[in-house]
Amino acid sequence: MSYPADYKYTKEHEWISVDGSKGTVGITDYAQSSLGDIVFVDLPKVGDPVKAGEIFGSVESVKAVSDLYSPVTGTVAEVNEALKDAPEKINADANATWMLKVDVSDAAELNGLLSAADYEKFVSEETGH
Amino acid sequence: MSTSSTPELRKTALNAVHRAAKAKMVDFGGWDMPVDCCGLTAEHMAVRTAVGVFDVSHMGDIQLRGPGSLAAVQKLCINDASKLQAGQAQYSAMLYPNGTFVDDVVVHKLSDNDYLIVINAGTREKDVQWVRQVIGGMPSVHMNDFSDYYTQLAIQGPFAQRTLQKLTPVDLGPIKNYWFTWGQVAGLHNVMIARTGYTGEDGFEIYIPSDEPTSARVWNEVLEAGKEFGILPCGLGARNTLRLEAAMALYGHEISDSINVFEAGLGRYAKFDKGDFVGRDALVKVQEEGGPKRKLVGLEMIERGIGRDGYPVFSLEGQRIGEITSGSPAPFLKKNIALAYVPVESSEVDTEVAVEIRGQKVKAKVVPTPFYKRPKK
Repeated sequence: MSYPADYKYTKEHEWISVDGSKGTVGITDYAQSSLGDIVFVDLPKVGDPVKAGEIFGSVESVKAVSDLYSPVTGTVAEVNEALKDAPEKINADANATWMLKVDVSDAAELNGLLSAADYEKFVSEETGH
Repeated sequence: MSTSSTPELRKTALNAVHRAAKAKMVDFGGWDMPVDCCGLTAEHMAVRTAVGVFDVSHMGDIQLRGPGSLAAVQKLCINDASKLQAGQAQYSAMLYPNGTFVDDVVVHKLSDNDYLIVINAGTREKDVQWVRQVIGGMPSVHMNDFSDYYTQLAIQGPFAQRTLQKLTPVDLGPIKNYWFTWGQVAGLHNVMIARTGYTGEDGFEIYIPSDEPTSARVWNEVLEAGKEFGILPCGLGARNTLRLEAAMALYGHEISDSINVFEAGLGRYAKFDKGDFVGRDALVKVQEEGGPKRKLVGLEMIERGIGRDGYPVFSLEGQRIGEITSGSPAPFLKKNIALAYVPVESSEVDTEVAVEIRGQKVKAKVVPTPFYKRPKK
């Protein structure tokens, strides 16, 4: 498992990478591994609002459905349409496969997210390893 | 989500082998079982196109012996065990007096006066108690719970025979579907070798001693034998999608103590001319009253979305008519499929319905089952 140090993380296993006011959102390596073969991603539309800590979509593997939680509040600026036909890209490289780009409305919210080290610790506590 | 081991969970003799192989483990009916060994889709495809091996030692095994054993099996189970020859098995079920399921089972006739009933893992204790209760007053039959005596391996797929053949001098070719024999496997004598399975594919189930070293050795020998055919160790995730494509029932989903045999579409296994069995009167009554009101059907999603276990099913007019019992993407068929109970009047093939997927209605249609049927040789 790898968790890039320049990303921020949620306890619901999303990552966000922020460049100025633009946040790029995906799910973590741990999340993709736990889900297994991902077959379906349901994402919002460009222009939809998202809210920190609230559900913005879902990801499904063969065996399970998992809700996606937005790390920040803002507006959807871009959606990774390629995931519609090739959701397995998330399994192949979760850190490089983004789902949404969001215009972040409150940069201060980022301070409430986990660092890579804290997230890794959180995951190991959650799984008991 | 937690992958940590909980002390109360029961383990098969291969638990350490699965953990060492980094299989993802889950609690399945109180058992710590591998759900995913090498990726569910890859495992599923291996079974459809090559070969896969499953640890199904959590299944239970009840033996009924003695001059009264046939009468006991006939009373307990819906199918007609008097038709079995030694070395033959049949799909059957144990019912409550009201015609609903205690469990679905496979009855093996070992010899005259000797039957082995293979039962589900999650219902083991209940089944054993039920058998005791039903046969308690019956003469000349003795019951043994041999569930913990066997490690049961399922070797499944078009290359299952060639894989297992490398480990046994028994000629596997002549063993017909749902027949079994005994012979040497991986150096072990008198291993029961059955041409049975729960994947919709050709394959075998072998019953070996359940000590850990023997179980691990045979598991590894099967993997080694199947290597040239692309064998994969498979978990319960693939077992579930494989049986769903083949539209085989799973206890707690398609069958339960609130579903009767006709609703589940298993009426053909209930043999009314064999004499009395537990649940018979209730089933006769269902027939007399015009048959079941609801029916298990296959659904295929038409619109984008995956109907899953427990999701409600609606008519296109918006009336709630039923529920999905098992639903999943089908890795081989590459469709989103489900089994669901709907009223008989909505059960015709091509009937369009809507599945509610997290608040949204998504169109599906009734399709024939099984969704997948293996090609004839």
